[in-house]
Amino acid sequence: MSVPAKEKASSFEPNIVAFVCNWCTYTGADLAGTSRLNMAPNVRIIRLPCTGRIDTLFILKAFERGADGVIVSGCHPADCHYTAGNYHARRRFAVFRELMEFMGVDPQRITFSWVSASEGGKWAEVVNSTTEKVRELGPFVSYPRVAHAQVK
Amino acid sequence: MEELRELAKKLLQEKQVNAVVGYECDRRGVRPAFVDDPAGCDRLVFDHRCVQNLPAYLSPRRTNVAGLGRLAVVVKQCDARAVAGLIRESQLKRENLVLIGVRCGGVAANPNESRELGAETLALRCYGCSGTETAMADYVVGEPKTVPAAGGDRDARLAEIEKMSPEERLALWKEWLSRCTRCHACRQVCPMCFCERCVAEKTQPNWIESSPHIQGNFSWNVTRALHLAGRCVDCGECERACPAQIPLGLLNRKLAKIMSARYGFAVTDDPSTPAPIGSYRLDDGQEFIL
Ligand code: SF4
Ligand code: SF4
Repeated sequence: MSVPAKEKASSFEPNIVAFVCNWCTYTGADLAGTSRLNMAPNVRIIRLPCTGRIDTLFILKAFERGADGVIVSGCHPADCHYTAGNYHARRRFAVFRELMEFMGVDPQRITFSWVSASEGGKWAEVVNSTTEKVRELGPFVSYPRVAHAQVK
Repeated sequence: MEELRELAKKLLQEKQVNAVVGYECDRRGVRPAFVDDPAGCDRLVFDHRCVQNLPAYLSPRRTNVAGLGRLAVVVKQCDARAVAGLIRESQLKRENLVLIGVRCGGVAANPNESRELGAETLALRCYGCSGTETAMADYVVGEPKTVPAAGGDRDARLAEIEKMSPEERLALWKEWLSRCTRCHACRQVCPMCFCERCVAEKTQPNWIESSPHIQGNFSWNVTRALHLAGRCVDCGECERACPAQIPLGLLNRKLAKIMSARYGFAVTDDPSTPAPIGSYRLDDGQEFIL
């Protein structure tokens, strides 16, 4: 491992926004916290009732406001507390992801996961792996933002 | 043409409808026409310049048109998909509408096309279409015609972009979308954009910045395209209406491709086919979810 690369990687702390559902992932994240699991401090959680409530505009807004990565997480299939919210979300995000890719936005910036209320360990993994991945990708300066357009 | 005029006259005289929505000639080609007087039916025309998607007038957002009461509308096969979409989404009742299906034979890209219809002038959406009347039609007019052979691969540009690197793609879209003036013509002309209050106009919170800079433009165009995923009827009117000449059709076409590959959906003039967004299957692909 070359030293400068390591320095560069460690000097950048990514901002990551997580949109999670109230019933599974939020409770899972809570469990991860109360279990004192080791997690990267880069993720800010926004709690919503259901993955079905997570509009793709939330993700775009997060990127506009400077997020380097986004996590979207909710109940496993068949576990949705509103019966089918996650199934609808699954379709919506599948399509969103492919459209973003077509427009040149790196889909690696967005992590989708199912994390249940009992999967504190899985949440810690999602947080840590996403943080690592986004750290490697570097700051998301290529996203169309006014601030960056003006600097140019 | 006589057949169409006679039919329109009959429908109006017998008071089956209050107005007929069709096409008429104007000094700059063909434009939509509302005829409510049997004597005015001779204005009606149908030829390869009739590109406009008339069911766009049927969305409930257009309260002035809804006020006219029962209408007859001239529809090509592709236009009928918009009627089907509006019925599918409970915006329209089939029984309140008389559909005059035309045997179309293809249209040009522009309503002011002065050349004959051929590979060069044929609209992209007609590539591969049979040009026959819709199964939804109450009346069918015109002789069967054949659609001219396509002038190449419709998706050549799409395939080219797909092959580019992500950086090149982003640069391309940034350049295109930075031209957007946020006039919302693409939305106004769309038969399926019928929300009373568009998310692009909401200011509390201001999800999509409304001034024409790249940040809001990107958000707007992604959202417009996504809200039409599995609903777009592929009439191409958004792209034709765009004063900035942004290739919006590429986004719509890409989404149609995704819908077909992932959910086996193709836009249809059958209102009973469920839309792919808003329905789901338990075994939908989730290879991208951890
Ligand atoms: S897509 Fe088909 S029905 Fe529509 S204008 Fe072209 S040939 Fe006619
Ligand atoms: S018609 Fe073109 S310029 Fe107008 S809002 Fe739509 S994309 Fe932007």
